Amino acid sequence: MIATESLSKRFPRVTALDRLSVDIAPGVTGLVGANGAGKSTLIKILLGLSPATEGRAAVLGLDVATEGSAIRERVGYMPEHDCLPPDVSATEFVVHMARMSGLPATAARERTADTLRHVGLYEERYRPMGGYSTGMKQRVKLAQALVHDPQLVLLDEPTNGLDPVGRDEMLGLIRRVHTDFGISVLVTSHLLGELERTCDHVVVIDGGTLLRSSSTSDFTQATGSLAVEVTDTDACPDGVAALHAALTGARLTVQPAGRALDGSPASGRVLLVDVVDEGTYDTVRDAVAELGLGLVRMEQRRHRIAEVFRDEQNGGAPDAA
Amino acid sequence: MPPETTAAPAQDVIHNIGYRNYAGPRLGRAYARRSLFSQSLRGAYGLGRSAKSKVLPMILFGVMVLPAAIIVAVSVATKMNKLPLEYTRYAILLQAVIGLYIASQAPQSVSRDLRFKTVPLYFSRPIERVDYVAAKFAAMASALFILTATPLLLLYVGALLAKLDFADQTKGFAQGLVSVILLSLLFAGIGLVVAALTPRRGFGVAAVIAVLTISYGAVSTIQGIALAQDNTAAVSWIGLFSPITLVDGVQTAFLSATSAFPGGHGPSAGTGVVYLLVLLALVVGSYGLLMRRYRKVGL
Repeated sequence: MIATESLSKRFPRVTALDRLSVDIAPGVTGLVGANGAGKSTLIKILLGLSPATEGRAAVLGLDVATEGSAIRERVGYMPEHDCLPPDVSATEFVVHMARMSGLPATAARERTADTLRHVGLYEERYRPMGGYSTGMKQRVKLAQALVHDPQLVLLDEPTNGLDPVGRDEMLGLIRRVHTDFGISVLVTSHLLGELERTCDHVVVIDGGTLLRSSSTSDFTQATGSLAVEVTDTDACPDGVAALHAALTGARLTVQPAGRALDGSPASGRVLLVDVVDEGTYDTVRDAVAELGLGLVRMEQRRHRIAEVFRDEQNGGAPDAA
Repeated sequence: MPPETTAAPAQDVIHNIGYRNYAGPRLGRAYARRSLFSQSLRGAYGLGRSAKSKVLPMILFGVMVLPAAIIVAVSVATKMNKLPLEYTRYAILLQAVIGLYIASQAPQSVSRDLRFKTVPLYFSRPIERVDYVAAKFAAMASALFILTATPLLLLYVGALLAKLDFADQTKGFAQGLVSVILLSLLFAGIGLVVAALTPRRGFGVAAVIAVLTISYGAVSTIQGIALAQDNTAAVSWIGLFSPITLVDGVQTAFLSATSAFPGGHGPSAGTGVVYLLVLLALVVGSYGLLMRRYRKVGL
């Protein structure tokens, strides 16, 4: 779908991309990076709107430097910022954008009705967009990126500004774009945990360089650990140590979280347990119950970008942590 | 593709017919440019926009056409042997209406896209910067042409109905059309450049009105002073500095129009060449400025 080869983009004062080489296969791919990591610059280059300083990139087998117009006909783009004029309805707006992508008038209207329905916009699509909620606006933005049935969509921070429910719905929708519509997706975010649930593959960039590119299952293995926090009781003055011993006895790999988790004072009381299979959760529960400890929390550990960065800098893969 | 079949028998029944891929034609960049042109042209008369935004352009269009209708009615009724005014004079007399029109519609055409950041979306489509600028420019010029040429057409039809001399009237009509084409290009260019400077529509409207009226006011005042001092050469040169007097100068020199300059001292053919060159330079220049303006407006 997308292939870049030592792609660099330098501005007079900053280097936005530094010899980035990455291959992205069909499917849902997450592009993760902190603000200013070069995500938007990469998207601009992929759409053929900004020439690369050096290196090459191809989208759908088309060269971005020479065939930008052909790429943009087959690729959808959902910007991060607000882009909807408030005084027109979603239908009018999406029809116009469909025609701007080259669809004849009748097809544009049909596809607009279809697409708006698929993203979950019904009667409200005839109202001016100025009165829409953030969630509805995000749906319209997604619809205009999908309306011309592209082979690939580039979604820039699609969950920005959404509440947790809206976020989940949007992520589900993005998943469906690939599974039901057969459209490949490149989605950017600065939250790795969010992308893990949606993407087949995750690419992490930082400071314009490739930090890591691997399938989500690799990340899931790495994150397959459980954070357990327990209280002390009279019977076990040091609940953490007792649980540590009990779990190690049950042949689980256990280590104190130390400051690694979130640096909060409580993290001294947290144990990280590697999840082997579904039974691990039961083992932990039973061990806690047998010791009569109070279970404060037991949660799936999520990687944050910062951790990936730190691990890479230490020269080790995250699963060494 | 089969026609849309989502018409549900009842409101609460949603037929999920699944996602359908699009296998039809994709008409590419030239079609996208035409789509943007027609959308902008329709938008300039409020078509495809809210009812409220139709009011002003339609009123101005009516005001523009009404005098022509009255003139035609009077000419036919009183059996005049020529129209009471030249075709080329019509736009000059109604310049305030044209000014108001461009001031209200140029910002709605370009400032909205800037303000609501729709421009990056356009550039994520097959079109390029040059297509966007060309489509917006052409749409604005066409909208102005419709505004200024319709009354001329009405006058012409009326003149023929009144059985005025066909050759005379056709020549006058053709000269009038050339003049309003130049006027439309010039006003569209100036209006769009000024409007594209700001994403705020209100500022855009005020700025366009200011540019048109202040330049015209200054030019006619100075021309008046020059005339009072019997400096007729100055009168004919000063007209270079405002859009409407520029058009007046060109049509006086080349389109056998009677000049509206004070004392009727319009430019001669020689001076007229300068007028024409300045006018064309302004049109090309405003196109160039628009291209520059949109260089940084990408994603």
